[in-house]
Amino acid sequence: MNEADLRNAVLQALYSIAPEAEGERLDPQASLRDQLDIDSMDFLNFLVALKDTVGVEVPESDYAQVANLDDCIRYLAARLPST
Amino acid sequence: MPSLGADMESGTLIEWLVKVGDRVHRGDIVAVVETDKGAIEIEIFEDAVVAELLVQPDTEVAIGTPLARLDRVGEPAAPRAAPAAEPRAAIPIPPAAPTPRGAPRPPPVAPPPMPPRAPSIARPSAAAVPSIATRRKVSPAARQHAREHGVDLDRVTGTGDGGVVTVADVEKFIRAPPPSAPMPSTPPPPSTTPPSIAAPAAVVAPTERAAAAASPMRRAIAAAMSRSKREIPHYYLAHTIDLEPALAWLERRNAQRPIERRIVYGALLLKAVARAAADNPSLNGYWRDGAFEGSATVNVGVVISLRGGGLAAPALQNAATLDIDGLMAALKDATERARRGRLKSSELSSATITVSSLGDTGVESIYPIIHPPQVAIVGFGAVVSRPWVADGGLYVRRVVTVTLAADHRASDGHDGARFLTAIERLLAKPEAL
Repeated sequence: MNEADLRNAVLQALYSIAPEAEGERLDPQASLRDQLDIDSMDFLNFLVALKDTVGVEVPESDYAQVANLDDCIRYLAARLPST
Repeated sequence: MPSLGADMESGTLIEWLVKVGDRVHRGDIVAVVETDKGAIEIEIFEDAVVAELLVQPDTEVAIGTPLARLDRVGEPAAPRAAPAAEPRAAIPIPPAAPTPRGAPRPPPVAPPPMPPRAPSIARPSAAAVPSIATRRKVSPAARQHAREHGVDLDRVTGTGDGGVVTVADVEKFIRAPPPSAPMPSTPPPPSTTPPSIAAPAAVVAPTERAAAAASPMRRAIAAAMSRSKREIPHYYLAHTIDLEPALAWLERRNAQRPIERRIVYGALLLKAVARAAADNPSLNGYWRDGAFEGSATVNVGVVISLRGGGLAAPALQNAATLDIDGLMAALKDATERARRGRLKSSELSSATITVSSLGDTGVESIYPIIHPPQVAIVGFGAVVSRPWVADGGLYVRRVVTVTLAADHRASDGHDGARFLTAIERLLAKPEAL
């Protein structure tokens, strides 16, 4: 999975919980939860979707490291399961 | 058409999920109705056979209007769902749909007018079955979006699962309407004509008045909240609770579990409220006809804000007796269905107390308004780190402000104070929740 695939997977997971955001431009440095009005239940569902598609499980203690789009992609890229 | 809230006046039948001759069982979902509160699944409360569908899809009817006639199982046909003295089979169907359609739809198979008081022994016939199969599947969000933009859904191509029309499909249609389609629900034949020449005849510019009018959900919220403030003498209490023990316990627990089984802290708060309400019965129930009716069970309504505005407050049934995993599952399920617009009718009318949490917005406290006929609503603000004095020392602790708005006709401030301190006590021992 290259970075473009990873970005796409993150966006798809976001769209699954915030469908109205599809096609909208996201600020890659700004908080996803603020931009998309995501509550804690939505955020958990977002991470569950990422686990299913990317194979990386984000522990609760690392939530701050996946708070914006760039950080999230970087975090996942560093932990991709080797295949 | 059941009443799904204190101020609901009418609903629009969107879809029948049963047809004439079907055997239905208590609890089955038989129809989908669009109301002020979004699309609601209508459950049936007896075992019966569907004898006649009295209201056609896309028809708005007043509450109390019979939607269908049922034959009791094992009995000769008896009109079950026609409480009015006169048979009310002839539900007026709007003469013309408000939005232009690409072509006349198949004529609605209107139920034949019943002769007054004739014993209805008509057997189900195939002719009486509406053409469910030809109805388009449309997501509730897409339906609303289409209405707001004056888009004729019959002309939108669905690309969701099984051809469901999504918001994106409606958006796409608004941006680039296809050439005038000959027939609804028939996919246009592959065309070589460029799509850009289409005159968007089906896109009706919303009038200024329509744009300014409140949505049905906004009006329903306005009506219920106005009634509440007009009729209910609220009293308010607030209490700040040290949430550190509960959060630390939850974080340890979540760290040991796969992500699918993690619990959000909101579920802990709901559990504490449910148990405190069970122990403080004057806050759990309804004020009706000048008297308080307590409830033996605690059904906690959860205020869920919807994307695109508005809210829904489905009830988590028997929340005091669910364990924390069961409560989390119920909360997750209700949240997802509320957002998809698929709550059940029973969920919207059974809450005995409601919780409104602003936690995710960062605001520290909320003074909520009671949902009539309930007598109490509990609010939670955001969890914030604050200086906290405990055991003679000063600490930084994560705390939450819990508020109670209660009906002074049903309870007094003393009851409310006991209730809030019960929540505090329960959250101090999360492992026992």
